[in-house]
Amino acid sequence: MTFWQITAFLLNGFKISCLIFAVTLLAGIPLGLPIAFCSMSRFKPLRAVSKVFVWIVRGVPLMLQIFIIYYVPGLLFNHQIFAQVDKYFFLNYGIEDAGRIVAVLIAFSINYACYFSEIYRGGIESISQGQYEAGQVLGMTRRQIFFRVVLLQVIKRIVPPMSNEIITLIKDTALANCIMVSEIIFQAKKLAATKALIWPLFYTGVFYLLFVGVLTILLGRLEKKLSYFKS
Amino acid sequence: MAFLEFCGVRKSFGRTDVLKGIDLTLEKGKTLAIIGSSGSGKTTLLRCINFLETPDEGRMFLNGELLFDASQAKSLSEKQLRAKRLHFGLVFQNFNLFPQYTVRENLCLAPKLLAKEQEKDKQKRKELFAKIEQKADELLAKVGLSEKADAYPCQLSGGQQQRVAIARALAMAPDILCFDEPTSALDPELTVEVLNVLRSLADDNMTMIVVTHEMKFAAEVADQVLFMDNGVVDYYGDTKTAFGPDCPSPRLKEFVGSIQK
Repeated sequence: MTFWQITAFLLNGFKISCLIFAVTLLAGIPLGLPIAFCSMSRFKPLRAVSKVFVWIVRGVPLMLQIFIIYYVPGLLFNHQIFAQVDKYFFLNYGIEDAGRIVAVLIAFSINYACYFSEIYRGGIESISQGQYEAGQVLGMTRRQIFFRVVLLQVIKRIVPPMSNEIITLIKDTALANCIMVSEIIFQAKKLAATKALIWPLFYTGVFYLLFVGVLTILLGRLEKKLSYFKS
Repeated sequence: MAFLEFCGVRKSFGRTDVLKGIDLTLEKGKTLAIIGSSGSGKTTLLRCINFLETPDEGRMFLNGELLFDASQAKSLSEKQLRAKRLHFGLVFQNFNLFPQYTVRENLCLAPKLLAKEQEKDKQKRKELFAKIEQKADELLAKVGLSEKADAYPCQLSGGQQQRVAIARALAMAPDILCFDEPTSALDPELTVEVLNVLRSLADDNMTMIVVTHEMKFAAEVADQVLFMDNGVVDYYGDTKTAFGPDCPSPRLKEFVGSIQK
């Protein structure tokens, strides 16, 4: 295999990594919001449930969570839903790993939503009570205060910790290979096993580095864009 | 008939009684200074006036009409509470401007949101918005900050920020404007510019309630003084007597003396 063939082969895997990355962000960013609100709820039982849930999801390795999502339906209901999705898509559309990828996406989305929810909660709670009161005495509704006054200040404050999580996320996608999803490292391992080539495994690092480089620039721009005000 | 009247207002936080039955009246166009040592309940009283705290007991009348009755407080919806709040403006000790908006936007935000709610017709709404912006510019001129209309709060000094906060409160055209230690977060030099704005408002016969530690200012501008001590009104009367030798309250005399030293 030439260098370019190997690059193309790895790139095929990196597409899957990027897919997991994108879907986790698209699902996790909004999903974190209701979890954050539950964790801040004045209704104690709801707050307790939310906090225990976040504790479990943040406290258990993500790899284990992938195993749980993937295997537990089969063990509990004797119905291996993800394996069947796999089979269905392969037979009908020739797409490999579909069910496994769905399992990974569910595990990742829930996991990251919980991390994001804690960042949101920290951001929202860091806004001074005075901002809410200033809105109140000006006759604004709670909704208006949140969306018109507080939200942008929260976003400004959570950009740095969110950037951290987002950069961690692209590297975490490698965990998908624990249930044999063909993400980039799994592809490299295939090369090691079938062609006795070990260097592609190290070469995968370049893909991650380039991706993180672009992300860092984009997130840095966002941070700069929000630097026109201090809060 | 007094413009604003408080009858037997009580408020406690847990087991701490902060307000132990406050009565006060204020005439339209007059300035009331509330003084007293820290923890005497001044700020809580002001927060009750602005419905940021709900009194446990007591009634409030505005212009002769019952505005608030603590015994029915629980049935108040957020909408009703908002409507009541709009009679009052509040200027905070630490300004609380909205940092992501320019000075003009800070003034226009709340009035525009209100106009949006009340006026559904797009053309009329546009006219209203234009009026709001015009009024904002007039108010900025009044507090001497016309040239800062497009600046962000972080680009202003503390005194300028407080003047913007005053203009912002005025933009809602409140019946009574309240100030919670408006100069406590400012250097002495900046204090002057804020107090000058308050003076000019008093000259325009704005009805004001000012919680302050500036005794000189209170003596000069306030029509009435309310001295709070440990959750009760210790002295309530005209300013001259409060700071004069005939002051009936020994506690107030002591307080004024200790501050002037």
